[in-house]
Amino acid sequence: MASARKHSSASAVEAHHGHGEHHDLESMRVMGFWLFLITDCIMFGSLFATYAVLSGSFAGGPTAAELFEMPGVIAETFILLTSSFTSGLAVLSMHRGNVKGLIGWLAVTVLLGASFITLEITEFVHLVHEGASISTSAHWSAFFTLVGAHGLHVTIGLVWMIAIMLQLRKHGINSVTRRKVTITSLYWHFLDVVWIFVFTIVYLLEVM
Amino acid sequence: MWDNIKEFASEFFVTGDPLIYGADVAIGLSIVAIVFVMTYFKKWTWLWREWLTTVDHKRIGIMYVIASLLMLFRGGVDALLMRTQLAMPELEFLSPEHYNGIFTTHGVIMILFMAMPLMFGLFNLVVPLQIGARDVAFPFLNSLSFWLFFWGAMLFNVSFVIGGSPDTGWLAYPPLSGIQFSPGVGQDFYIWGIQISGIGSLMTGINFIVTILKMRAPGMKLMKMPMFSWSVLSSSLTIILAFPILTITLALLFIDRYLGAHFFTLDGGGNPMMYINLIWMWGHPEVYIVILPAFGIFSEIVATFSKKRLFGYKSMVFALMAISVTSFFTWAHHFFTMGSGANVNVFFAISTMIIAIPTGVKVFNWLFTMFRGKITIKTPMLWTIGFIPCFVVGGMTGVMLSVAPADFQFHNSYFLIAHFHQVLIGGVAFGYFAALSYWWPKVFGFKLNERLGKWAFWMWGIGFYVCFMPQYVLGLMGMTRRVNTYSWDSGWWELNLVSTIGGFLMGIGFLFQVWQILHSIKHMERDTTGDPWDGRTLEWTIPSPAPAYNFAVIPHVNERDSFWEEKQRRERGLVPDPQPELEPIHMPKNSGIPFIKSFCWFVVGFGFVFDWLWMSIPGVIGIIACMLAHSFNYKTDYYIPVEEIKRTEAAARGSI
Repeated sequence: MASARKHSSASAVEAHHGHGEHHDLESMRVMGFWLFLITDCIMFGSLFATYAVLSGSFAGGPTAAELFEMPGVIAETFILLTSSFTSGLAVLSMHRGNVKGLIGWLAVTVLLGASFITLEITEFVHLVHEGASISTSAHWSAFFTLVGAHGLHVTIGLVWMIAIMLQLRKHGINSVTRRKVTITSLYWHFLDVVWIFVFTIVYLLEVM
Repeated sequence: MWDNIKEFASEFFVTGDPLIYGADVAIGLSIVAIVFVMTYFKKWTWLWREWLTTVDHKRIGIMYVIASLLMLFRGGVDALLMRTQLAMPELEFLSPEHYNGIFTTHGVIMILFMAMPLMFGLFNLVVPLQIGARDVAFPFLNSLSFWLFFWGAMLFNVSFVIGGSPDTGWLAYPPLSGIQFSPGVGQDFYIWGIQISGIGSLMTGINFIVTILKMRAPGMKLMKMPMFSWSVLSSSLTIILAFPILTITLALLFIDRYLGAHFFTLDGGGNPMMYINLIWMWGHPEVYIVILPAFGIFSEIVATFSKKRLFGYKSMVFALMAISVTSFFTWAHHFFTMGSGANVNVFFAISTMIIAIPTGVKVFNWLFTMFRGKITIKTPMLWTIGFIPCFVVGGMTGVMLSVAPADFQFHNSYFLIAHFHQVLIGGVAFGYFAALSYWWPKVFGFKLNERLGKWAFWMWGIGFYVCFMPQYVLGLMGMTRRVNTYSWDSGWWELNLVSTIGGFLMGIGFLFQVWQILHSIKHMERDTTGDPWDGRTLEWTIPSPAPAYNFAVIPHVNERDSFWEEKQRRERGLVPDPQPELEPIHMPKNSGIPFIKSFCWFVVGFGFVFDWLWMSIPGVIGIIACMLAHSFNYKTDYYIPVEEIKRTEAAARGSI
């Protein structure tokens, strides 16, 4: 009891400066985000399951092995893996209290993410040009939906990171921005992991 | 020009049915009346400041309850329309198309827009108070969840006067729900209404998991937590694992319809069975999502009104968790007859039967809690006692259905209809009604009238058996679900007539509930003690209605049923520890963003329903703008000063 009282009075003193209770709040938000990632995992799981069931259903149309151009996909993969690494460097800069480094590495991550998206859109355009659109067959419906869902996630991540860079310039590193950076980097690594599954299941298994 | 407008209007508005015209007039008059009253009493700013922008979990809970009771009314009217159509053979009260629309909306509304929000309302009203917290983990998100549900429900509900209702059953199986066989807008209303409110449900699940795991009062170990909070935790865990599947399923159906994809079509290599698997991977856990909190409610009520500790607390916790896990291994029992093969059917038959075990454990726990207890029969207890036989019968017929070979006989018959109404009305609805009357004084500060409550219970209880027992028999006699009429020589009409009478008795039960609420508002029986039922858990330690900050001082918990134990100690003459000094309380600020953002979602959904990109695109931009506005806002909280807490507490406690 005594310790609880001590704790609550300590947090009330700090509260006026906005530290003690914020810390609790921020850690809860990180936990909430982990739970969100679980739900996102299940969403991608459902999409992967759908893809697995429908992947052979070309309905007489073009097949994946015919149309995939692996060099572009491999480049995308390396770019995204690198961006995951740079987002990690951003978090390291944050832990050192280096705002400039943090913003800089986030900028590099955003650039890499944007090139990933550009390559992906190029690939989609190429596929549609070759006669494989979302309405061609069940396989291509599943392909565009799964890969597109990942791409949409990446795009959202880009907007989000830019928003956080602006906030970092204004507020510097504090408990709130720190949590925001932690969460985006979690999100970014998560997308990387999902992409590894996309790369393996959608591309490699199809062309091998 | 005029012809164009006329042509547009004839497609946009549903016409040609006197019932619809009646509804149109009623809706129009209600809107005019609301606008007039609000303007006349100058209540618009009050509405915006106190309710639409609130982040207080108690107020959000109240709004959930009001919305879900309105939905109960609409879903109930749907039910009575169907029962009227089926009362006698060869009636032409509803056209077949209208009948299809009505059974579809009845199912969707009752599960997704009545049971779910009523459940979320109870989460919000009770959980923070019960675990000794000042708020939920994410108040802003909580408000957003509510408004997403609200606008999703609105989008779904306008379908019957604008554009036309969905009419392919509550789970919208393709290919029937595909663009080829359902080219109208009804199916899109279904997709977007559920999708928008489903996102809200998902976020509520996350919110309450974090709330329960992180915000319990000091000393409240998980195994000292009240049973209702446990049931909310298990239900929320099931939500976050099941609802993402629904999101994806509906998204795929929409992509099929809108972009011409081939997930579930008959051509292009699509597979309709995929949809049925996916939707039931969500749908089966969904029924457990709504029933688990009811189990928690009954546990609280049985212990309180028997003046005994809940029997078998640990086995109850284990049973809750076992059910939420097993619920994910039963989905295929919804289509035993679709040719999955014997081995698959056996697996799902056995896993379905396994669920009966933890459920049976619970029933025995409740009975043993009552055994040798000092039982008082108040309305909450009445609903609880009424629930037990109802649920036992429903559980038995559930096990009958889970026997795969027998299911080939019962499948899609009225036997099935009777079974799930038995568990959903007898379990979920009775449970939530029990909860409403039990926690009502805590929320509103006055008790509900007992006499009218008992009338409501008996009308519901008797009506229920009169309505659904004949349906078991009708099912065995071969009456299939979703038929809109039948012939004289089928031999079904007597039982159908009885069933219809039962349906109307339940309708009268609902009227008694409305009367009970209105009567109790008028002749207020104030709860001045904060503890009207001689309760056992933390929510009864604070004044009724609870102040905005819930607990002036966060309580410290040492045992299960901590309030009860403290009252016992006081009776033995032990003086409670002195309360520590009051300190300023940290509170979240109200925000209009959740309301505006959810409205933008409504705009997006409405645009997609009618294929109007000019409407959807600004909606999407609005959503993004709201997200950024929230992200850039760092002034989201404030402190309640000590003087104000002292004043509030004195006013609340002054009447003791």
